Amino acid sequence: MAYSDKVLDHYNNPRNVGVLDKSAKNVGTGLVGAPECGDVMRLQIEVDEKTGEITEAKFKTFGCGSAIASSSLATEWIKGKTVDDALKIDNMEIVEELSLPPVKIHCSVLAEDAIKSAINDYRKKQGLEPIHLENEH
Amino acid sequence: MVKLPIYLDNNSTTPMDPRVLDAMMPYFTQNFGNAASRNHPFGWKAEEAVDYAREQIAQLIGANEKEIIFTSGATESNNLAIKGVLEMYARKGNHIITTNTEHKAVLDACKHAEKMGAELTYLEVEENGILDLQKLQEAIKQNTVLISVMWANNEIGVIQPVQEISRMAKERGVLFHTDATQAVGKIPVNVIEDGIDLMSFTAHKMYGPKGIGALYVRRKNPRVKVSAQIDGGGHERGMRSGTLNVTGIVGFGAACKLCREEMNEESKRLAKLRDKLENALLALEESYVNGSKENRLPHCTNVSFKFVEGEGLMMAMHNLAVSSGSACTSASLEPSYVLKNLGLDDELAHSSIRFGLGRYTSEAEIDYAIEHVTQAVNKLRDMSPLWEMHKEGIDLQKVDWQEH
Repeated sequence: MAYSDKVLDHYNNPRNVGVLDKSAKNVGTGLVGAPECGDVMRLQIEVDEKTGEITEAKFKTFGCGSAIASSSLATEWIKGKTVDDALKIDNMEIVEELSLPPVKIHCSVLAEDAIKSAINDYRKKQGLEPIHLENEH
Repeated sequence: MVKLPIYLDNNSTTPMDPRVLDAMMPYFTQNFGNAASRNHPFGWKAEEAVDYAREQIAQLIGANEKEIIFTSGATESNNLAIKGVLEMYARKGNHIITTNTEHKAVLDACKHAEKMGAELTYLEVEENGILDLQKLQEAIKQNTVLISVMWANNEIGVIQPVQEISRMAKERGVLFHTDATQAVGKIPVNVIEDGIDLMSFTAHKMYGPKGIGALYVRRKNPRVKVSAQIDGGGHERGMRSGTLNVTGIVGFGAACKLCREEMNEESKRLAKLRDKLENALLALEESYVNGSKENRLPHCTNVSFKFVEGEGLMMAMHNLAVSSGSACTSASLEPSYVLKNLGLDDELAHSSIRFGLGRYTSEAEIDYAIEHVTQAVNKLRDMSPLWEMHKEGIDLQKVDWQEH
């Protein structure tokens, strides 16, 4: 199977690989997927507590090229967005942007989940109610 | 400088040897006859070529040329052996014993047989990929007609104790079929000494053309027969009809001759290169060889790199043509059943890469591979949350994963 140029670009030059201090009050961490499924994503956000803007995002992913590209793209998209706007990112937008084939759609779902899971972690730390994740199983 | 990309997927298929192509060429154009045309020189020429190739093939495996039944490849040979024996020996019984790491061509033919009313036993192999003979002994019943166990595994290269299996089969009056697709031409195979009743093999795994294979069917002690699965014309002693693929057969013969002449030297050379590659890869932390290291083919190795996903890894070393047991590389999204049946965690199966060396693999290519696999594994581990957690001493088995 050939990969799209955008998947290759993100895979070869992944944006925002790294770690944020997960104990910080303004950092939210999402860890989704499972090793036995072949995909694990960890996505972290650092939020400006006053404005609600995501000022930094980092990821690490165990997975195929499409999973790595999806998480790289996700961090790129959410940086500079407010938490509320980041919540609106739909996995199908990732599918379109990266031209993912049907068998790789789950990679985009995982990236969306990773964003929401990171936001929920942040909300919990801020004493807010976690939002309901539609993809939760 | 090595020429890129580098082909290290010789268990999947091999490039055709130019000497094989040379042998085939005249049979496409000048000598195009139908080997079954008995009454003119065009037919005679083709028949002569087929007879010669049949001898070359028989010689490689220690058989008589009359025992070679041409097919389209090992998949068809496996189907013919399993379904053909069941049908031919229906009065004797309907029980087949096989293993759970066979190639899909055997497993799916067995599943089909099961649907048609046959009784199947799928024996589990041990952690090293090898069948426990005690289990086989216990599985043989009054109505067992066939034992089908592969010679060497296509994913991990592990070699089964075929001589012991054939002895056991003989003692109990059961036929023994072996899928020797990965073994013939690579390691010594002798159907007489090894006691084989039926054996599948194919040209394209030994530097011959695709689309031609054979089923060895023993003619003496005992005389084995299989019911044809393709009817019409009665070619190949009535066991497989259809106009013979003369060019393919000529190529198959030439390929067998080359393997017979060069196998000894070649397998030593490849084992050395394979060991060099394997030792270098095992020097990486948390990398493991899958399957027995003692009983296996000289030219391949299957290595899992923990905390790195196989397809992602292949993408990072895109100049190396290899294959992976990762789910992502299969349509089913399931990791390799062979690796799972060795008792490997799904996670390790996802992280596996098969390296298959061949006749044209050079030491420079292996050096290149070592360097690039190492780089790729390190790059992906730097990006892997699992690697980071492992380094922090977190037990990944105890993490509550959100599965999808």
